[in-house]
Amino acid sequence: MTAGIRAATDELQDVLRKFGKNRTDLLPILVEINRYFGHIDSNSIIEVSRYTGVPIGEIHGVITFYSFLGQKKRGRFVIRLCRTISCDMAGKDQIVRVLEKELGICFGETTDDGMFSLEYTNCIGMCNNPPAMLINDKAYGGLTPERVVEILDSFKLSEYQDMFGYGGVE
Amino acid sequence: MKNEKKKILFGEFVTGAALTRALEMGPEAVVTEVKASNLRGRGGAGFPTGLKWELTAKQESDEKFVICNADEGEPGTFKDRLLLMEQPEKVLEGMAIAGVAIGAKQGFIYLRGEYVYLKKELEEAISSMEDRGFLGSRINGGDFSFSVEIRLGAGAYVCGEEFALISSMNGYRGEPRNKPPYPSEAGYRDKPTVVNNVETLCYIPYIVTKGAQWFKEHGTRASTGTKLFSVSGDVKHPGVYELELGITVNQLLAEVGGEGAKSVQVGGASGLNVAEKDFDQPICFEGLPPGGSIIVFGHQRDMLHVLKNFMEFFVEESCGQCTPCREGNYRLLEGVRMLEKGECSVRYLKELEALCDVMKDSSKCGLGQTSPNAFLSIVENFKTEILYR
Ligand SMILES: Cc1cc2nc3c(=O)[nH]c(=O)nc-3n(C[C@H](O)[C@H](O)[C@H](O)COP(=O)(O)O)c2cc1C
Ligand code: SF4
Ligand code: FES
Repeated sequence: MTAGIRAATDELQDVLRKFGKNRTDLLPILVEINRYFGHIDSNSIIEVSRYTGVPIGEIHGVITFYSFLGQKKRGRFVIRLCRTISCDMAGKDQIVRVLEKELGICFGETTDDGMFSLEYTNCIGMCNNPPAMLINDKAYGGLTPERVVEILDSFKLSEYQDMFGYGGVE
Repeated sequence: MKNEKKKILFGEFVTGAALTRALEMGPEAVVTEVKASNLRGRGGAGFPTGLKWELTAKQESDEKFVICNADEGEPGTFKDRLLLMEQPEKVLEGMAIAGVAIGAKQGFIYLRGEYVYLKKELEEAISSMEDRGFLGSRINGGDFSFSVEIRLGAGAYVCGEEFALISSMNGYRGEPRNKPPYPSEAGYRDKPTVVNNVETLCYIPYIVTKGAQWFKEHGTRASTGTKLFSVSGDVKHPGVYELELGITVNQLLAEVGGEGAKSVQVGGASGLNVAEKDFDQPICFEGLPPGGSIIVFGHQRDMLHVLKNFMEFFVEESCGQCTPCREGNYRLLEGVRMLEKGECSVRYLKELEALCDVMKDSSKCGLGQTSPNAFLSIVENFKTEILYR
């Protein structure tokens, strides 16, 4: 085992220790691992299975059910643009083009430096201020091409938004 | 809040007063008062809240639970987000009173993953109320204890359906199931559980302090009280409005600056599309669906494009458990794509309409039962626009 994997396993055990071992603890555990590591890899699934006694196959079943949980590594910042009707009518397509052009990737992809992933999501409850998107835990409304560029720049310049902190609404 | 007229939910509120009153009244009197108010659930299905509480109160069990449904995922709604942001103590007090009524010591807020940024403030509101003796052990120094925890969802619209929500909290895939048993019999950890929408719970403190009679002065006979409407789309003033149940579409449009609309989606994607000729219809349990999502379409909008957006939503969010919903929504979306290309015959459109009836009758949960409504109502209202492109 390399030092890296051992360190990750230790961190995983620290996360697990915060939770109980009942079936009802499964979703909170998976949500936390996904937040902490950005995804849930097969080693994590084995450890969660050991910890809770839930069979590996069932854990897979639960993970695949939720669009925010994933077994594939995502970028450090996951951008989820709302594609539902109120955002669509407010110019979502233009925001799609700006995001793809600025980041040099298409929706569904992650930048080579592992910083950004682009995804679609359904209504995020920001319809009064469309178009809107989430970046990790934070919601951004009233998007314009200029604002999107500003937001992306602020992430590139400083990593002011800690991935593990809770965001807000802007 | 956009409208100045403060009706119920954004009126005066002193944390703890209603809970103290509920503890004095005792469980039975609380249930009686809520039943007398005729309050019906604001989460969509409109089940009478007092009756739900009574059924759960009657169950013998060592443990019971109160769940606040904060999964708000219906396209076009954001009123629960506003309540959770601006009035967290009201939501929590409503939950505690539900706890008094049914005999529960533990409550949960099932918060959609998209709203994770509210978690910290909600937790702060919980500890602040604990510090002041309104939550936690031995509330008001008496025998009643009630604590609240937050559970995060992870991006699945169907988890707002109460059985799916419970299944999700129980550590399984968030899939709906056949009923009975109802949550009042077997919910979280198979114990009797009340599931209520955020907004429903917010009316409770007022009903307890001001009485059922006062509450019934608002709304219509079958739909008492006010309702929060989340308004978006082609309007001058999008936002959350508290309005009387029974308000007509026309009156609502005048309030929000949406006059001259082509049509209005009342009740979200799973609600109904309402065209100008029906703008005099009331929004209430005996009228147009009062889910609270109001999406306004101006005359420049292509209604087939709108319909396509809704059908894509349902195809994506169907949990896929039952065939009518999984296959049906896919077929409807495919039909929309054919219509786009001008390849859908009138005969095939009739077949799709028949398919809608099958979906309504044979889908397991509300998602598959209501998703055909968007299709049927838009096709009916805009047949010429849609068929002859
Ligand atoms: C597909 C689907 C999604 C739902 N989403 C929500 C939701 O996000 N919030 C909510 O309160 N109720 C939602 N409901 C309704 C719930 O099943 C349930 O009726 C409600 O939470 C009960 O609370 P109430 O009686 O206070 O309305 C949904 C129902 C269906 C079929
Ligand atoms: S109606 Fe649709 S969402 Fe509901 S249980 Fe069936 S497949 Fe799942
Ligand atoms: S439609 Fe985009 S946030 Fe609701």
